[in-house]
Amino acid sequence: MADSPKLVNLTVDGKPVSAPAGTLLIEACKNTGIEVPSFCYYPNLSLQGACRMCLVRVEKMPKLQTACTTGIAEGMVVVTDSDEIRQARKSMVEMLLGNHPLDCPVCDAGGECELQDMTFSYGAAESKFIELKQHRDEQQWSPVVYFDRPRCILCYRCVRVCGEGMDVWALGVDNRGAVSTIVPNQKDHLECEECGMCIDICPVGALTSGAYRYKTRPWEMKHVGTTCTHCADGCKTTLGVRRAETGMEIVRGDNRDKSGINGDFLCIKGRYGFDFCNNEDRLTQPLVRRGGRLVPATWEEAFEVIGKRFKSIVDREGGRAIGVIGSTRTTNEENYLLQKFARLLLGTNNIDHHRTADFPAFVAAIHGKSNATATMRDVYNAPAILLIGNDPTDEHPLLAWQIRNNVRLHNARLYIVNSRPIKLRRQATSFTQVPSEIDFTTFLGGDESRGSNVAREGWNTLREKLRAEQGLVIIFGSEIFGQGIQALAKFAASVPGAKLVCLGDYANSRGAADMGLYPDLLPGYSPISSAAKLHQEWKTLPEAPGMNIPQMFEAAKTGQLKALYVIGANPVGRLNILHSGLNNTFLVVQDMFLTETAALAEVVLPAANAYEKAGTFTNTCGDIQILKKAGDVTTTKPDFEMIVRIADAMGFDVHKLVPFGHGVHADMGQSRGAQSGEADQHSVWLEANGLEPKVSPFDPMAILDEIQRLVPGYDVSRLELMAGNDQHTSIAAMGSGSVQSPELIVPAKNNLFTSGTLGRYSRALNSVIENKDPEPAEEVSAD
Amino acid sequence: MRFSDQFEARFTEMLTHYPTKRSVLVPTLLYAQDEAGFLSDEVITEIAGRLDLTELDVRNVISYYSMLTTKPRGKFNVQVCRNISCLLRGADELIEHCEKKLGIAHKGTTPDGLFSFEEVECIGACSWAPAAQVNYDFHENLTAEKMDRILDEYRTKVQ
Repeated sequence: MADSPKLVNLTVDGKPVSAPAGTLLIEACKNTGIEVPSFCYYPNLSLQGACRMCLVRVEKMPKLQTACTTGIAEGMVVVTDSDEIRQARKSMVEMLLGNHPLDCPVCDAGGECELQDMTFSYGAAESKFIELKQHRDEQQWSPVVYFDRPRCILCYRCVRVCGEGMDVWALGVDNRGAVSTIVPNQKDHLECEECGMCIDICPVGALTSGAYRYKTRPWEMKHVGTTCTHCADGCKTTLGVRRAETGMEIVRGDNRDKSGINGDFLCIKGRYGFDFCNNEDRLTQPLVRRGGRLVPATWEEAFEVIGKRFKSIVDREGGRAIGVIGSTRTTNEENYLLQKFARLLLGTNNIDHHRTADFPAFVAAIHGKSNATATMRDVYNAPAILLIGNDPTDEHPLLAWQIRNNVRLHNARLYIVNSRPIKLRRQATSFTQVPSEIDFTTFLGGDESRGSNVAREGWNTLREKLRAEQGLVIIFGSEIFGQGIQALAKFAASVPGAKLVCLGDYANSRGAADMGLYPDLLPGYSPISSAAKLHQEWKTLPEAPGMNIPQMFEAAKTGQLKALYVIGANPVGRLNILHSGLNNTFLVVQDMFLTETAALAEVVLPAANAYEKAGTFTNTCGDIQILKKAGDVTTTKPDFEMIVRIADAMGFDVHKLVPFGHGVHADMGQSRGAQSGEADQHSVWLEANGLEPKVSPFDPMAILDEIQRLVPGYDVSRLELMAGNDQHTSIAAMGSGSVQSPELIVPAKNNLFTSGTLGRYSRALNSVIENKDPEPAEEVSAD
Repeated sequence: MRFSDQFEARFTEMLTHYPTKRSVLVPTLLYAQDEAGFLSDEVITEIAGRLDLTELDVRNVISYYSMLTTKPRGKFNVQVCRNISCLLRGADELIEHCEKKLGIAHKGTTPDGLFSFEEVECIGACSWAPAAQVNYDFHENLTAEKMDRILDEYRTKVQ
């Protein structure tokens, strides 16, 4: 950080105000609680001075000045509210309303429209215009974006956020004066990343979304701030929910309050990809296989079948005959509970998950170092970034946004090393194309045997530059694993202040790894042999390392694996395993949809997704954030509850599994819905008062207690977490980790419009894919 | 897309005049239009590529300036001024006369592709109003008869 700039003193509306030199007048006013209205001004975008709403009187200046383009100066005397100013603003509103249709009663923006608010404040109810309004039909620019031209007030926010913020430059302005209009890049349609930033930033209802338009009135929704369930970046998303026949339906996603690590950024998945929740193929009742077919059953029947079979297998053959596959999209609490269930109840280490990054090797490489990892916020503020591998624009949209805007707003230096010419190279100080990323990291680590002579010369220059950086953030994709991470960590240790980010692919890939969904590692990456603390707590732990996913399926084929319990994963669809391989295995699947794996199961339990439950997610940087229940499909259950119910059906004392309130009998089975009953109102009340219920065995916060107690690095501030703030966990404080076999790491390879199983069932995402490529797309890999 | 050697020489020269490439966009468009007659999609793609701009950017600029066009015009573009000095000295009648004579309205082109006609804002020839501009030639102190003669001259020029 440079020296803080000197303070400038001025007077606004008679109040003394001081702000750093270079501050815009509109910001200086805002910081002292004086709101100067504006349409076109938007923080962190270039200045426009188009709407003339922020006019203020500056002493000694001849005319009213636009506060959004005026820098503050020493001794400035400013008046922001007077008859003259109110009249000027009123005239502007009147002019804007000259051709603005009065369709507020049906407009999406009605009720949260800045033009409405401005009209309310400045009262331009009468108009001197007697001319007919110029109507233009609305246009559909993409499956996501609709444009209603007469509603547009030409503030150019959309044009700027698309170009400057997203580096997409898909919107422009045609013509001039009264006939100016916003236009898409392909004459009558858009070719873009479909992020929807333009829609949410629109102060009026000129740009509307295919997902939300004409669906509801804003005041009919309840808004819940939670964490996105798509990629591993962990954007905060505010979901608008509304009563529906099946519970609570999610109708909108945005983050207009700019809270969270992403500010107002969301990609298409975060903004519109929530609709898998409402997909008609969603499982809504338990299915049990009878006479070769999966038929509906009651929850009690389903749990009884599972409980009996699991118990008899464990009793007869021991834990090694059961395997457990966890999810990269369930919460930390569910993942922790699942491995505890496997290890404590089933007595097995046969537990694994779809791995998309080599987190155990990462831990091993930075074990014990302090401040070794960067947060998602660091990526936006770091003076320099080294990005090796991955294509964040496609796979980590928030990370790409942070990098891009760090370069644009803070002049960060971005060094990219990649085997492909990724889009972010447009922001890069230097872009080095390499045949393989791992060669480069090996070089950084000191082994100079790889690469051609010419290449090595370039790499050497780059390495010297990187060594001279202060506060470098090094981000690497799944191209780097095992020894490659070791080499990179070694290099990072030689650069003062350098921090690392290891990129995984799914919303809680990092959490699944941290919570010990490994056959050889316990929560916090402790090898199964050295977990004194866990031994103390749990008394019995299986000692032998378990099987990983391929080994489990191999064991199923040979008849050694008698049961397989799969939560929120689709290994059959992904690993292309023959159906017959599971013929003699009792398969239980918890999922939202009848995936390829679920279709083979003996029992399928309909699961709630991350938007429908409470808990925490850890993003790929290690930032832990809270999930809040937004949607509700009343006939499904969170995975947490199902695990506990199965334990109960096996005759296990669930108190040993979930340390919930001792001796309290309340809320049993009712604490799920934020809207579905008296118990929920109780929980809403508790939450509003900053209290955690913890009186139910289905309360994830009781497990979070245990996680915070037993998993090193997760001892973050519970207060901040509950308040909705991101907290950085410390992976370097965890166990010793281990280097894993690289074949087990299967990158999700999701792009901007795919998201594993969730994407397959999202109409919004599929409509964009079909629109871009009318040919039937290849089946996307499922998680 | 090929331009003349003269265009290329001018373009290369202009690039050296400004610190940023996009600064030469407007003159480049004007010269390209002089050669190609109008700014086709092909021309737009070419110029956008040369100046590292999006095609959208180039189209936005073209649409801002009334002198730039993306539609084919006649060989001779007749632009009659309709600002105050010309109006006071009979521009209305002159415009009406041209429309009748050419058989086309504002922004129209004759079927033989010879003439286009448009009313324009001040062309800076107020002292000799009413005035018109055909391509880059100025014609002043116009009357209906004089206009007829001028148009006939252009017609014979091609034959």
